[in-house]
Amino acid sequence: MDILNTLQETFFDLDAMREALPELLRVGLPNTLILALTSAVIGTVLGMVLAVCGLSHRRGLRWPARVFTDIFRGLPAAVTILLIGVGLSPVGLQIWGPNPYPLGILALSLIASAYIGEIFRSGIQSVDDGQLEAARALGFSRPSGMRLVVIPQGVRRVLPALVNQFIALIKESSLVYFLGLLASQRDLFRIGQDAAANTGNQSALVLAGLFYLLITVPLTHAVNAVDRRLRDGRRADGAARPDDADGELGLADTPLALTQEAR
Amino acid sequence: MTTGTDTRTHRDTDPRIDRATVLDGGAAGGPAPLRGVAVATRDVHLAFGSNQVLRGVDLEVAAATTACVIGPSGSGKSTLLRVVNRLLEPDRGDVLLDGRSVLRDNPDELRQRVGMVFQHFNLFPHKSVRANVALGLTRIKGMSKDEAADRARHHLDRVGLAHKADVRPGTLSGGQQQRVAIARALAMEPEVMLFDEATSALDPELVKGVLATMAELAAEGMTMLVVTHEMGFARSVAQQVLFMDHGRVLESGEPDRVFETPETERLQRFLSQVL
Repeated sequence: MDILNTLQETFFDLDAMREALPELLRVGLPNTLILALTSAVIGTVLGMVLAVCGLSHRRGLRWPARVFTDIFRGLPAAVTILLIGVGLSPVGLQIWGPNPYPLGILALSLIASAYIGEIFRSGIQSVDDGQLEAARALGFSRPSGMRLVVIPQGVRRVLPALVNQFIALIKESSLVYFLGLLASQRDLFRIGQDAAANTGNQSALVLAGLFYLLITVPLTHAVNAVDRRLRDGRRADGAARPDDADGELGLADTPLALTQEAR
Repeated sequence: MTTGTDTRTHRDTDPRIDRATVLDGGAAGGPAPLRGVAVATRDVHLAFGSNQVLRGVDLEVAAATTACVIGPSGSGKSTLLRVVNRLLEPDRGDVLLDGRSVLRDNPDELRQRVGMVFQHFNLFPHKSVRANVALGLTRIKGMSKDEAADRARHHLDRVGLAHKADVRPGTLSGGQQQRVAIARALAMEPEVMLFDEATSALDPELVKGVLATMAELAAEGMTMLVVTHEMGFARSVAQQVLFMDHGRVLESGEPDRVFETPETERLQRFLSQVL
């Protein structure tokens, strides 16, 4: 019983949680959302640029995209955040002062873009070549055909993977604490960790974890819903037996029925 | 070899085709009537690496006539079509529309004059049937959305599918999808239509609707170059049949002559296998 009591007091002390809650809500949650959402938007835009460059016929575009992706996908997130956040801090200091967020967001965005670029690239490559050929046969240039026909289809196919990447980004945003945050700049993790360090009780950290789950679990289910919907859509496209409202099958009586001799 | 001066329409040769079975009649106030122009190739060569796919193809299709290209798989038929609208650029030779070389023209503009229908339809699955037809009209021809929607409705009506305008292509049968693809190509008001085995991916019972639509286009004066395995269609609709093998046109002429008295041993063998 002692062990259970100890565990409960260490991880689920309601008083400790109640104490940390206002700061988690008022400071930690908005900061975590700012870090994650801004990085997601920048990472998505940059990821699309990387995907398009990675698929280009021009080596001058393809190779830089490849190298960029290899570097930022291959480095541990903590290393990238430290290198950019600390390494570029003198530059950041001159531009926007001591706020570590811009460089933190930049680092998170670069990491996310490397993954998102690969996700987009695989989606775009999965679109049948005939789609671009059909667009070009109508008179679209290759870039227009990609933009209007191929990319929209490719992006739809990778929506689940994209949302998974956003979830990873929300979690990775906690690494920004490496850069040293003022009290008002702390994210969910940092507030929970500070409270845990000050009191020796992990309950505030558990509460911070619950906040992360509150954001990521609905997103996970959203991914599943999107995936299910896409699967259903594919099934309908591929297997649904079309109706014959326009009497197409009735055309068997037309004279051109004679044209089946080759079959 | 070719019979480019033959300007008979299939109505002269095949009174069996009844347009009312396919088309509901064009909507009043629609776009201009079809205006097919002559298409020709001169000594066209094309290789993919060391694989010589076209080895000097000459063809001549007179305005408002239909030529069917037949031949075994890998003979270069589909490649030839893609050279005509410059989805593929020939290594050598020339492509002429209305008697004028088009190899120096802007290829995107050329393709607006040469419609193409593919074996696997290649409709855009993320867009409605109407949007499939209207996309090129708004984005390439610069029409307003309303104008494009009207034009799309007209051409969908033409192929009997106006009532499917709001659905996604994936919910349609293969035959319906192919007719939407034809409407999409026609909406751009091309002067030549290319068909690349347009019925090969269809269930047998759906083939006839598509062939009837194609026959109707031929009757209305479209110039058509049709790669097909439908020998009956070639015989009843085309004014000219070309037999390709190993990247060359081995034999061509009026359908009756080609099918009844093939001159080359290779065509005789091919016909004995497919007929």
